[in-house]
Amino acid sequence: MKPAPFEYYAPTTLDEALSLLSEHGYDAKVLAGGQSLVPMMNFRIAQPAVLVDINNIPDLAYINAEEGGVRVGALTRHHQSEASPVMAQHAPLIYSTMPKIAYPQVRTRGTFGGSLSHADPAAELPTLTTTLDAKFRLVSQRGERWVSASEFFLGLYTTALEPDEILVEGFVPELPPHSGWSLQEVNRRKHDFALAGVAAVLTLDENGICQNARLVFLSVGDHPMYAERASNLLKGQAVTPEAIRAATELATTEEIDPGDDIHATADFRRHLANTLCQRAIEQAHQRAQGKQ
Amino acid sequence: MEATTQKIELSVTVNGTRYERAVEPRMLLSDFLRHEIGLTGTHVGCEHGVCGACSVLMDGEPVRSCLMFAVQTQGHEITTVEGLGAVDALSPVQQAFHEAHGLQCGFCTPGILTTVTAFLETNPNPSEEEVREVISGNLCRCTGYQHIVDAVLLAAKKKQAS
Repeated sequence: MKPAPFEYYAPTTLDEALSLLSEHGYDAKVLAGGQSLVPMMNFRIAQPAVLVDINNIPDLAYINAEEGGVRVGALTRHHQSEASPVMAQHAPLIYSTMPKIAYPQVRTRGTFGGSLSHADPAAELPTLTTTLDAKFRLVSQRGERWVSASEFFLGLYTTALEPDEILVEGFVPELPPHSGWSLQEVNRRKHDFALAGVAAVLTLDENGICQNARLVFLSVGDHPMYAERASNLLKGQAVTPEAIRAATELATTEEIDPGDDIHATADFRRHLANTLCQRAIEQAHQRAQGKQ
Repeated sequence: MEATTQKIELSVTVNGTRYERAVEPRMLLSDFLRHEIGLTGTHVGCEHGVCGACSVLMDGEPVRSCLMFAVQTQGHEITTVEGLGAVDALSPVQQAFHEAHGLQCGFCTPGILTTVTAFLETNPNPSEEEVREVISGNLCRCTGYQHIVDAVLLAAKKKQAS
């Protein structure tokens, strides 16, 4: 299949891009890396009348360490994140996951902001940024606002972005000391979209009591599924096998919503989520104790 | 900055030669290479970024040419399999694929050759695991990959020896 015809703009400043989006509204789509949008256009699932290609806008690709976290520009390519010592030091959960995202040729083009704005519930970055409580800067001609990841992802391919807004950067907070993290997922072929997956972060106090926990699932709902009750259940106690099992049961029976498709049944996805959740908490706990 | 579904003047360097063509914005890079400038070495398989057959190099980095519009290559340099070597002067990677039987039907081969050529520039002495990672985005239905992996490891040896 070939894409339907569209008007093409290649602005060289953010202001120009915002002006085009303001003018064309819902008819326009932003083209970043194109690794999700172009396949959808090839299938004609997406037929935008106007394409605003932001690849020629300079200064939108960066990974900068800042007080308390790391700031990532929207046009940062996945392969830049994959090779970034700053990302490795300040956001190791994202850094260590990058090689699992698609294939080398896709990571050359695919972007941080594009993956977030596309909001595929099977993609890793929406789940990781929700787990790390990241926030995103959305800019339009009307102004700018910061939106937290958990308020940004609203549903299947649906975000808080208004049609005239661009996600220009994200801020990913650094985990405090005595924290651990893990991403666990199952896919039929390595690098494919996960059938089910879960990211976990834990922070312990000096006595090994869980102070903070966040469990967020991917591919088992129409957006990143933050298991808030299960996460809260872990807090204030030692991370024992019993505590891990209890949190996992709560999360995977009541806080996810897997669907059936050609790749897996809902029951199978729930089964995978259960096993993966236990593993994720265990690994995050090990890391929080400095054991990995 | 004029918007149009009409043709756009494109100037792009492919395998060291400058090409100037008027193309529709919706023309995929893969179709541009094959139909506009006649470089049919770049193969088109799935057209949605899974099979890897259409992989080419843009400014030295591997990309899916079916997931880019030709107009996005304005001013950039593209390398296709035709730019790697010639029949009577194979590149080290091509020579290794020949010697190690790294292909059977050959459909996936151009995408693998371009990807591997870029990979060995930055990683001249890869492990087998790294080789399997770098070709993870290229489907081959003939070889079972074993001979492809052998060929890439042989290519690395050849490049280091030369």
